[in-house]
Amino acid sequence: MSWTALYASFFATMGFGVLFNIPRKSLIACGFVGMLGWTVYVILTVNMNINLITSTLAAAFIVATASQILARYYKMPVTVFSISGVIPLVPGGMAYETIRHLIENDYTEGMRLGAITLLIAGSIAFGLIFSGVITENFSRRKRYPGGK
Amino acid sequence: MNSALGEVMEVCLLAGKIMLQSGAEIYRIEDTMNRIARACAIPEAQSYVTPTGIFLTLQGLEQNQQQTKFLRINNRQIDLNKIVEVNEISRKLSEGEITLHKAREALLTIEKSSFLYPLWLQIIAAALTSGFFSLAFGGTVNDFLPSVAAGGLGFLLYTISTRHIAVKFFSEIFAAFAIGFIAYLFYYLGMYNFNIDIHIDKVIIGSVMPLVPGVLIMNSIRDLMAGDLVAGLARGTEAFLTAFAIGSGVAVALAVLM
Repeated sequence: MSWTALYASFFATMGFGVLFNIPRKSLIACGFVGMLGWTVYVILTVNMNINLITSTLAAAFIVATASQILARYYKMPVTVFSISGVIPLVPGGMAYETIRHLIENDYTEGMRLGAITLLIAGSIAFGLIFSGVITENFSRRKRYPGGK
Repeated sequence: MNSALGEVMEVCLLAGKIMLQSGAEIYRIEDTMNRIARACAIPEAQSYVTPTGIFLTLQGLEQNQQQTKFLRINNRQIDLNKIVEVNEISRKLSEGEITLHKAREALLTIEKSSFLYPLWLQIIAAALTSGFFSLAFGGTVNDFLPSVAAGGLGFLLYTISTRHIAVKFFSEIFAAFAIGFIAYLFYYLGMYNFNIDIHIDKVIIGSVMPLVPGVLIMNSIRDLMAGDLVAGLARGTEAFLTAFAIGSGVAVALAVLM
């Protein structure tokens, strides 16, 4: 766990916030959510040596819970915080690497990365929905899983 | 009454259209449209949303008062600010703070509004995002500037080319090719002229981050889990095509140069 991971994920998430046209007043909060998720992920994978998928699930769950709290505070939909918060975790880069390996005839590596990409994407979505279901049962107001 | 039904229909579809074009989740769009209809005392509203179109049926108070409309959606770009604003209007409408007419006017303004941030700021944001991602993914300080240059130029080329090329796929290949090319240029210059060790794979993966379909992949699985199977599969396919375009663009650039 180094300081680089902290500030890099903070600014990277904020940059993505600008690309996604997030309202100015919540931009810094979004950066913090992204930093929180990535920090949890790095601590779990690098420092505690836990499986990638499990770590992503835990990080996504924490991001989603933080997003729910921030969404109440800023009175905005949860998506604003959760989408930008999971950006460092989301396997977009891995999806690209999958295809690149497949194109370069490295099928074994491509298939391996492809499977991990799907599993990670699934675990992020599951983490978000899981957190949504829990808050739904506490507040008894929401109709759909995944948060509002 | 009949004209009222028509106006409710128009407001619902407008809200749905803006949200779908801004990349909202399917269940949120359906929920918003149903909520607007309920706020306007429509007894029954049924909506069905896919990533490329919206169906909406409103049932009036009497049996023969029924309207169904279909809306085709072509452009999609993630714009969270618009989702926030439409959400705000649907909330105000269902709490009776504004009238249907006011809501319609507000939605029309939102539809026409442009991005909060000017293009130059977006380019800078994309460039810095690329740089910081290459650091977050384990790059060294030497990889930061090449990623900033490659990511910023790649995003600039992507934005310019989407204005002229109708097929998004080709803009992505083009931008990814440029990223691969620039990254290799830095790698080559760094190795042979300045004796700096640049990790080309970290530079490339950081620089393609503003283009890769991370949110698409995630939204696709969220839609699938929420039960919107058609939408989930459609978005998954879009994500695959985008990843394919970026992967092949970079692979071609590296194959040509190396």
